[in-house]
Amino acid sequence: MSALIELKGITKTYGSFVALDDVTLTLSDSQPSMTAIAGESGSGKTTLARMMLGFIEPSRGDVLYRGKSVATMTDAERRQFRREVQPVFQDPFEVFNPFYRIDHVLTTPVKRYKLADSEAKGRALIEDALSRVGLRPKDTLGRFPHELSGGQRQRVMVARAVLLRPRLIVADEPVSMVDASLRATILDELRTLNRELGISIVYITHDLTTAFQICDNIMILYRGSVAEAGSVERVIGAPKHPYSQLLVSSIPLPDLSKTWGGEEIRSVEATDGRVTNGCKFAPRCPHAMPECWTTVPPRFAPDSNRLAACFLYKDQPVSADPDIASVFRAPEPLPYAS
Amino acid sequence: MTGTSRIDANAAPILVVEDLNVHYDTPSGPAKAVSDVSFSLRPGERLGLIGESGSGKTTMATALMRLTRAPGRIAGGSVRLDGRDILKMSDRELRETRLRDIALIPQGAMSSLNPVTRLEEQIIDAIAAHVPRMTRQELEAKVTLQLTRVGLDPAVGRRYPHELSGGMKQRAAMAIATSLSPKVIVADEPTSALDVVVQRQVMQTLGRLQDGLGAAVVLIGHDMGLIAQFADTVGVMYAGKLVEIGPVAQMIERPRHPYTRLLVDSLPGIDEKKPLVGIPGLPPPLVNLPAGCSFNPRCPYAFDRCRAETPLLQQIGPLERIACHLYPEHQSLPPRPAANPETRP
Repeated sequence: MSALIELKGITKTYGSFVALDDVTLTLSDSQPSMTAIAGESGSGKTTLARMMLGFIEPSRGDVLYRGKSVATMTDAERRQFRREVQPVFQDPFEVFNPFYRIDHVLTTPVKRYKLADSEAKGRALIEDALSRVGLRPKDTLGRFPHELSGGQRQRVMVARAVLLRPRLIVADEPVSMVDASLRATILDELRTLNRELGISIVYITHDLTTAFQICDNIMILYRGSVAEAGSVERVIGAPKHPYSQLLVSSIPLPDLSKTWGGEEIRSVEATDGRVTNGCKFAPRCPHAMPECWTTVPPRFAPDSNRLAACFLYKDQPVSADPDIASVFRAPEPLPYAS
Repeated sequence: MTGTSRIDANAAPILVVEDLNVHYDTPSGPAKAVSDVSFSLRPGERLGLIGESGSGKTTMATALMRLTRAPGRIAGGSVRLDGRDILKMSDRELRETRLRDIALIPQGAMSSLNPVTRLEEQIIDAIAAHVPRMTRQELEAKVTLQLTRVGLDPAVGRRYPHELSGGMKQRAAMAIATSLSPKVIVADEPTSALDVVVQRQVMQTLGRLQDGLGAAVVLIGHDMGLIAQFADTVGVMYAGKLVEIGPVAQMIERPRHPYTRLLVDSLPGIDEKKPLVGIPGLPPPLVNLPAGCSFNPRCPYAFDRCRAETPLLQQIGPLERIACHLYPEHQSLPPRPAANPETRP
């Protein structure tokens, strides 16, 4: 398997604070995938995204794009990397300059990367990219950012990425600021790009429902460490790590047979000050055992397509390969007729 | 969570909103952000008001507190709290009523706290403005009580807002809002910027506080899942109007309005993978509403009458009202007609 992007034992520290702790993850070049990185604020998911995009460098470890270290690339290689790995950010309001028409964010990459040799061809590329994300070019071009809704603006940002025919889109909470009713459509478009154009997608989110719906595999981070990873069917459908279980049970489902229940759960605030040298989730964990406080749990593999860093599964084998993706399942074709 | 035992069905409504209208004056005429909205709340009841961006739900929250500011203005109607119309109160009565009888937990409590004042001083200020005779000692005891009630360590009171996490700030805002035991709490998207676990904790704390006070809550939001977890009654707003209101089970399991149905369906679950269905199109601009039903351009059921005549909110069950021309002819929402290609955005 040739690798599109490889995170090799990447760690990011800010002073003594460990934002991300030793993550190894390889995404294949031959099979376009959709991978979710999930966790709450402070889990390290955005730090991971920023390292994947080459915006920040790891404190330890290395990020390789098609076998080349992002830190030591030549200018030409970096230019290609910048083109082929595209970000979509959380905030569809701040990324636009309010004084420029929408066209500006689309014509700039066409010029910068010389995507077209005439204005007409450039325009055709832009119209194609807009159509792919469900926007009508004639209703979108020529407008100012404030004339579009948050959902439309976010689609323009996806169209901008698509224009460059990237190999990888790293979307950091792309729909968390968009109305619930519009999220589904935007995410469905990301999936279509994955299937039709072979673009791999890394979807950074705290919303497990949408991760389940659009992704093949997921990695759940807790305070910089991988808590659980594997196929979405395993990890979200039947979570094993107590943290994943907490996340899944907290999803507000529009289903009255699946309510949260009355008991209040232990908050992070309530556990401030307690020190753990082992599992970072121990202070909040309902199952914490003495060893959890002293020893970092290895990644156990309680079943196929899953690993869980939790001593509840200490009777199970330890995952031999440090690469998280070693337990990922192959991306499937659409499980239903679209 | 959604049991209705906390509602006193025989009690008189604590909040009665009638024909409320809030307009924003714009160069192209008034934008009717809240248009002829009526509902009432019984003590202990949790009403979830749901709508997309621009549906008027936040305008509604500010109007209930009479906090509407220019270019917005309350253009008509009444908001009666325990029989007294908030919209007709003198400034002094209004000052006394806010916080003591009706309190707001604002959207993004992050920015509603004063950044240069310790949390305990902000709580004390709020209480002292209403109860001038309390000693410093009594006030400090009250701060400790309030912080404990919202699940914060009393030591947190010494901190400044920037030293608090998002969830802690939202709890702090709840501590202030409930400090005088209000009868009605208006919560405007209180968890919109929070992670899912913190969101659950904050909502559970709000529910517990409310139960303790016997207060009614108006929860405003855009996430049908969150509303379903919390509310007894759900009201759906579209383009400034209340289009359907009813008990939560009815609204989630058997919604009658096509818009409510689409809102429920746009939220994916985790049982099976299925195509994600958003709601096609966008809400209309409030200064230029389509003729007839405002939802007709996006509605898969729209027929000629919908494009000509505005549907009125009609009583269709003891607690259920709906504004849709499919009723009362139909008992429930009929199967969806063949796709209308024009509703693609």
